[in-house]
Amino acid sequence: MISLTLPTASFGLFGDAFHFVFSGREAETGGVTVGGTSQVLDLAAKQLEVTLLALGVAILLAMPVGLWLGHRQKGEFLAVSAGNAGRAIPELALIALMAAAIGVGLVNLVVALAILGIPPILTNTYVGISQVDRASVEAARGMGMTEAAIVRKVELPLAVPTIMGGVRTAAINIIATATIAPLAGILTLGDFIIARNVYGDAGVLAGAVLVALMALALEGTLAGIQWAMTSKGLKLNRS
Amino acid sequence: MPVKKLRYLLMIALLAMALGLVACGSDDDGSSDDSSSSGGTIEKNAANADTPTLTIGSKNFTEQIVLGEIYAQALEAAGYNVKTDLNLGSETVALAALKKGEISGYPEYISTALTSFFDTAPEDVPGDVNGAYEMAKKDLAKDGITALTPTPFASANAVGMLTSKAEELGVSKISDLEGKSQDLKLYGSPECRQRIDCLLGLQQYYGLDFKSFTPVDIGLRYTVLDKGQADLSIVFTTDAQLGTGDDKYTILEDDKGVLPAGNVIFLTKQKTIDQAGADYAETIELVQEGLTEKVMQELDARVDLDKQEPADVAHEYLVAGGYISE
Repeated sequence: MISLTLPTASFGLFGDAFHFVFSGREAETGGVTVGGTSQVLDLAAKQLEVTLLALGVAILLAMPVGLWLGHRQKGEFLAVSAGNAGRAIPELALIALMAAAIGVGLVNLVVALAILGIPPILTNTYVGISQVDRASVEAARGMGMTEAAIVRKVELPLAVPTIMGGVRTAAINIIATATIAPLAGILTLGDFIIARNVYGDAGVLAGAVLVALMALALEGTLAGIQWAMTSKGLKLNRS
Repeated sequence: MPVKKLRYLLMIALLAMALGLVACGSDDDGSSDDSSSSGGTIEKNAANADTPTLTIGSKNFTEQIVLGEIYAQALEAAGYNVKTDLNLGSETVALAALKKGEISGYPEYISTALTSFFDTAPEDVPGDVNGAYEMAKKDLAKDGITALTPTPFASANAVGMLTSKAEELGVSKISDLEGKSQDLKLYGSPECRQRIDCLLGLQQYYGLDFKSFTPVDIGLRYTVLDKGQADLSIVFTTDAQLGTGDDKYTILEDDKGVLPAGNVIFLTKQKTIDQAGADYAETIELVQEGLTEKVMQELDARVDLDKQEPADVAHEYLVAGGYISE
């Protein structure tokens, strides 16, 4: 446990939020101490776990479909309208709807969050693959590459920046929305935001800031992965 | 064939959407007409039209909105100029709006007023209505706010379970759970964990240890019981689901009085009362006389289960109670 002795009082609510994260405080309703590094780390870990699970499921479901449709240059309507429809999904209603069928919990939550991540990945994968220069694809075909090899060695490497753009959008959507997890029985950083009468305004602010920081960190990490995955030729092109 | 495959995909997508719509539209049909029929009729007083317009507020859930509508329509019948500002959000928002004069008054639960506005420890909230009311009245008066007489009904947190499960375990009071709770899973709203009038109280006063506590959205408090995920769920005594008449759910009696009852008091400024005249408070106190627990449940049910508009439900109540004529 880290204990800091900064003059936090002078920072008003932000100071309170800072104090909340590092040392915790008494619950609004009294009795117990809430916040503090150990609870913050627990909840942040859960937030990340839920996010990565949902992102993984979304990638597994959306990317193959996007690759296939993009490679065949078919189904633009499906890929694009899925992307648009996806922006309008009411997550809480989705969780409630699924709760009636499979109950609440991790499966419900991950499915709901994955559905949120599918549209940007599907759309970007489709667009990324289908926009690969046809001349390159024809050249590859002329060299005798199989269709699978064309996807793997030509289309996929060239589409990495666009596809990863979709993955990054999905990741941000999912990690930000994972704050509603406590409403589906899973405690994430959203708990600080949702249970305001337990954690107080300091907790709400701390939760919001922490989620924002995590989203930025995740975005940065994925940008790094994208950089590592992008072929040298493309990087030269861009610089 | 890809075009054909695409068509299949589209059809599946449309089918899924249609199913979703059907599921959203389904509702219960178990309403009966048993609103109380006592009390006098509201007399229209022409002089009231010359007083400043009254703005009736409420918080953002069914019961509050229905109450706000009842008060607003009754005051209108008494001849006042009335506006409504329902759906205000949490109690903090509603109180701030009242203090700033954006609303003339709104209904609040006594227990919430005490614990939320005046930091009264929940164990210090008097168990009896009058004691709690006197305490809240005194605290509120310091802020220039007058609390009118409490409603007959109280809404409180309650431990609910499937009736079949309660019979199987042979429990009817919360203290009956002693020795059984370690095998039972409790679900409740996220804030329940650290509230003394919820999980903490059950642990500290009843000495109960549950197998697990899982937070869920308030809207799912019956779903988790239906799905068999929760053995026990924190519900509200005025919930629509308890008023359907099929006794599917049982509330365990709070035999140690840990879950404070929140009768509703209408909060307004003394200044507003002085300006609006005697009919203001009298009308409000008159129309809430019929609001017993059973009636409030029924009104909540008409909105939550039968999907009626709160304004229509309030009107039906006022007519059925003889407070106003059609």
